[in-house]
Amino acid sequence: MLAARANKAHRDEGIALFFLKVASAVFVVTIALLLGYLAIQGTKLFTVDHKSVFEFLFSGSFDPANGKVGAAAFILGSLFVTAFAIVVGGPFGVAVGVFFAELAPKRVAAALKPAIEVLVGIPSVVYGWLGLTLLVPLIRNVTGSSGFGLLAGGIVLSLMILPTVVSLSEDALKVVPGALREGSFALGATRWETISKVLLPAAASGLAVAVILGIARAIGETLALQLVIGNAPIIPTSLLGPAAALTSEIVMDMGGATQGSLLQHALFSMAFLLLLIAMGLIVIIKFAIRRSS
Amino acid sequence: MSSAARFAALVLGAALFAPFAAFADTSISAAGSTALLPLVKAAAGAYQSTHPGISISVTGGGSGVGIAQVGAKAVDMGDSDIVSSNPELIDHKVAVIGFAVITNPSAGVTNLTKKQLQDVYTGKVTNWKDVGGKDSKIVVINRPSSSGTRAVFQKTIMGSLTLTETGGTQGETGTVVTAVRTTPGATTYAAFSGTRAKDGIVEVSIEGVAPTDENVQSGKYPIWSYEHIYTNGPASTEVSRFIAFIHSSSGMLKQLGYIPVGDMKVSENDR
Repeated sequence: MLAARANKAHRDEGIALFFLKVASAVFVVTIALLLGYLAIQGTKLFTVDHKSVFEFLFSGSFDPANGKVGAAAFILGSLFVTAFAIVVGGPFGVAVGVFFAELAPKRVAAALKPAIEVLVGIPSVVYGWLGLTLLVPLIRNVTGSSGFGLLAGGIVLSLMILPTVVSLSEDALKVVPGALREGSFALGATRWETISKVLLPAAASGLAVAVILGIARAIGETLALQLVIGNAPIIPTSLLGPAAALTSEIVMDMGGATQGSLLQHALFSMAFLLLLIAMGLIVIIKFAIRRSS
Repeated sequence: MSSAARFAALVLGAALFAPFAAFADTSISAAGSTALLPLVKAAAGAYQSTHPGISISVTGGGSGVGIAQVGAKAVDMGDSDIVSSNPELIDHKVAVIGFAVITNPSAGVTNLTKKQLQDVYTGKVTNWKDVGGKDSKIVVINRPSSSGTRAVFQKTIMGSLTLTETGGTQGETGTVVTAVRTTPGATTYAAFSGTRAKDGIVEVSIEGVAPTDENVQSGKYPIWSYEHIYTNGPASTEVSRFIAFIHSSSGMLKQLGYIPVGDMKVSENDR
């Protein structure tokens, strides 16, 4: 009797473990195939078309119909709007996170937390549409330029990453042990001294994760950016003229790129570059997390 | 099974079968030129109402997208303003369309010579007052490199000159016309089907020739092309019937801003 039950339990475990292993294998193989495909396609520009990596990364002349595949304009555009979003949205988001975690009355914080989390889920096309219909005309009226460009893109991205940075910063501060707070107050520190000298350093890696995830979202943002950046494949010289980014360029030209054409290979290389940047950010996050523990 | 489980199974089963209902219709698809889009969409609407059992899906994306997708057999009909060099594709010319140069009213021009147009679009001239207009900075808005409209403009007006990219790019006929309507000093090139009877924009005459259907038919107005519907190999029965329907609907064609192929007094092989 006992033996029969034990056999059944062993068999059930075997089946369950088998399915878990199969699921994991399918997942790993799919991801590996995806990365491999992107790596192969992304390097065809250099292996098949014999374009130089130097030209791709540093030339601002993009005209695949005439053999020019310099993606510097897009790389600079992406880096610029991302940097703008981080410099503006990062500190602002952390500040709001600090407010909600440490200074707001408990009821206010409890009521607003779900609201912020809902904001994280707003689809990017909504941000892009609002940017196109509200922000671009506003910039146009204030500055007299066409309204499209890095400034519009940067502002839209800052708004998009704010909920993420706020939410994660608040979480990072909440997990700092209460003992640290109480110890600090017991020593006579003011609230600001506690926050700036004790809590923020203690939560530093969590805050770094918040900011880096904000960067990752900003650099991968496609549709919202494409609606407001103006899509001009030239190296940006000011905040106010139309510009372009890696993501917006891919979505702009991918539909019309015929199989095997130079344009298609260039777009794949841009996509591969985006993947490498995103993977680099993930590696940095892992180091930041490891540092905290 | 509990009643809840049975109910769930019923709903799931019904949901699984629902998509099969769509297969009861024959469905054909078209994609590509946004200059041809208004005609194909209107024709699809009219055709479906008289032919129940056929469902037609129509999207834009630009001529390049149309040619790429029909070449990859992702759609049945690839709409294009330009001739494709893909030998597998079969061309069906369904209409002729003129393309207008439009400006925002703040530019203050109603007529430009070809040389002036070239200077504006290469970026050599940067203010409308230098070509007889008001004091307003020129903003040239382009279509993407895969656009048929852009290719037609490049071929008929620019020749070997390079279009300036400083004003940015918008993806489709509709978005580029809206951009010109809302941006002071803006100008672009767009099909008559997207510019005709639209307020807030000015259609510019070229060398004194107004952008009208009559001037296109006589060949006096330079910017025009055939509207091609490409099929990968010979068209299927349903697709040929639909294409023939478009070709013969001259009333609808003219009302939307196109010209029946038969009304042209000039013809060209590479448009």
